[in-house]
Amino acid sequence: MTSLLDVKDLEVSFKTYGGEVKAVRGVDFHINQGEVLAIVGESGCGKSVTAQTIMGLLPKKVSMIKGGNVTFQGEEILGLPKKKMQKIKGSKIGLISQDPMTSLNPTMKIGSQIAETIKKHTDLPKYQIKNRTIELLGLVGIPNPEKRYSQYPHELSGGMRQRVLIAMALSCEPQLIIADEPTTALDVTIQAQILDLLKDLQQRLNTSILIITHDLGVVAEIAQRVSVMYAGKVIESGTVEEIFDNPKHPYTWGLLNSIPKYTNGEKERLVPIEGSPPDLFAPPAGCPFAPRCEYAMEICIGEMPDAKQISESHHAKCWLNDPRAPIVEGLVAAGRNE
Amino acid sequence: MSNSLLEVKKVKKYFNVGGNDYLKAVDDISFAINKGETFGLVGESGSGKSTLGRTVVGLHNATDGSIVFNGKDTGKLKGKEAREFNRTMQMIFQDPHASLNPRMRVMDIIAEGIDAHGLLKGKERKERVFQLLEKVGLRPEHAKRYPHEFSGGQRQRIGIARALAVEPEFIVADEPISALDVSVQAQIVNLMEDLKKDEGLTYLFIAHDLGMVKHISDRIGVMYLGNMMEMAESDALFDEPLHPYTQALLSAIPVPNPKEIGKRERIVLQGDPPSPITPPSGCRFRTRCPHAMEICAEVTPEWREARDNHWVACHLYNS
Repeated sequence: MTSLLDVKDLEVSFKTYGGEVKAVRGVDFHINQGEVLAIVGESGCGKSVTAQTIMGLLPKKVSMIKGGNVTFQGEEILGLPKKKMQKIKGSKIGLISQDPMTSLNPTMKIGSQIAETIKKHTDLPKYQIKNRTIELLGLVGIPNPEKRYSQYPHELSGGMRQRVLIAMALSCEPQLIIADEPTTALDVTIQAQILDLLKDLQQRLNTSILIITHDLGVVAEIAQRVSVMYAGKVIESGTVEEIFDNPKHPYTWGLLNSIPKYTNGEKERLVPIEGSPPDLFAPPAGCPFAPRCEYAMEICIGEMPDAKQISESHHAKCWLNDPRAPIVEGLVAAGRNE
Repeated sequence: MSNSLLEVKKVKKYFNVGGNDYLKAVDDISFAINKGETFGLVGESGSGKSTLGRTVVGLHNATDGSIVFNGKDTGKLKGKEAREFNRTMQMIFQDPHASLNPRMRVMDIIAEGIDAHGLLKGKERKERVFQLLEKVGLRPEHAKRYPHEFSGGQRQRIGIARALAVEPEFIVADEPISALDVSVQAQIVNLMEDLKKDEGLTYLFIAHDLGMVKHISDRIGVMYLGNMMEMAESDALFDEPLHPYTQALLSAIPVPNPKEIGKRERIVLQGDPPSPITPPSGCRFRTRCPHAMEICAEVTPEWREARDNHWVACHLYNS
């Protein structure tokens, strides 16, 4: 199977007064047609920068793409001229951003905002554009789409605005949707609605989704495959089952252990990851997680491990998976195998 | 209840939103918190949970009703007593970036309460700050720095140290962890649990992350559109939620376990919460409730003890 989107060795830095921040330091992943891939990680791990790089949305003045390839449908899209990129954006790749409050133009009717995209990328006549917009609003579950068409963003709730953004992303039937924290700003009951909607659309339209999130619950809910990012690198990737049931990187263990488990009655103390992520002005030479890792060995400080293959789909960058490494008590997602 | 430290009695907080329109952020809420207990308050945005927390601390004056702390009505305190109340009740805020003055050094931020109450001076004050910093897992040399030099988790620790500085009995924590990363959230929750044990604190813990609330709370109250819908011990609430809103809320939490997906029945609520300026008649949840009946539109359900220590406001539980 050829992949729809292929990201290889992506490196992105930002120029700041304090020096160069190496935000993304060699990221690899791919998405197949019709698949949902989740990128998980904490703030500052480079997950959003990765998405912005793919979309060509990095601020030109301060950012530097230092290396790597991004191929979409076999075509290199990294560093494509603005005009060519705009053709792909919207029509082939749709973006749903995190904050529905600030991503819509407050002075434009929501109908016109969606119609704008369709107008740009298709040559439908005017009345059909309007029909298509209303159809899209209905598709994403907005009641009274005709009425909503001529309303302004402030007249809509947060969940409704997020639906408008989804409608906009879907407007030209893209093959790929990049959703950057699409439910973070929403309440749980609304989050459930939006996740259901995304899942439903993905199944009906066979769209691929790249979802970026920090919420492992959302990951389990929607994704088929997961890439875990830490300090600008993908440190583990695999299918949802592999990541949750058989994680092979101590950082993934830490993430899974930090969540309270409400399946069993006894209240256990949470197991946090002590310390904080490394400074990306001067990222460590070895494994970036080593300073916080309780299993860190000498080699971890000095040398970054390569991706060790655990199964065909499961890779982890950790020296513990080396045949020579000591076998550590598999904290294996701690206590989750009741 | 005789051993309750805090009693909230029929508290209302309305905000005038122009003309004769009022936003009923908190509408007739009563509950009590015992000494040494952690009471969790959950609800979605706009449910009034933060307003309730702020009213309890005294940052808002209640429109009606009373808040009784240690047997005294806090609305009627004057002079010395009012100052003393301000000392015993402290607050930890949601946004560790906005709640620390960027132009003050950590030393002065933490000692602000000490200074305001004239508790300690000079060397004693300094030592107290050092001691507090160590207590919350920071180092004494951090006292010289400014807030921007710290990460989110560290800032939240500073906020906690500031609250602890005046030796309070009661702390209202308004979404103390929602701005933090998962691994850091666990650090702060553990710290708050340790401090509770060491200092004999009582918490009102406001959050929308139900998993964390269950973890930290002894009892939980669920709010919707300014009303309390259900209140129970946290295990009872999670094992047997009575109110349809609580049921929907619990079922909507994404469980970080792919094996569970599909096993659980998800109740996906339709629509959005109505405006708190013109709330629905009768039960406020009825417009989204899968079990809504005729009576729900007409009569506001009574706040009743449907099970032992398990309170609910819903017509389904009329005996």
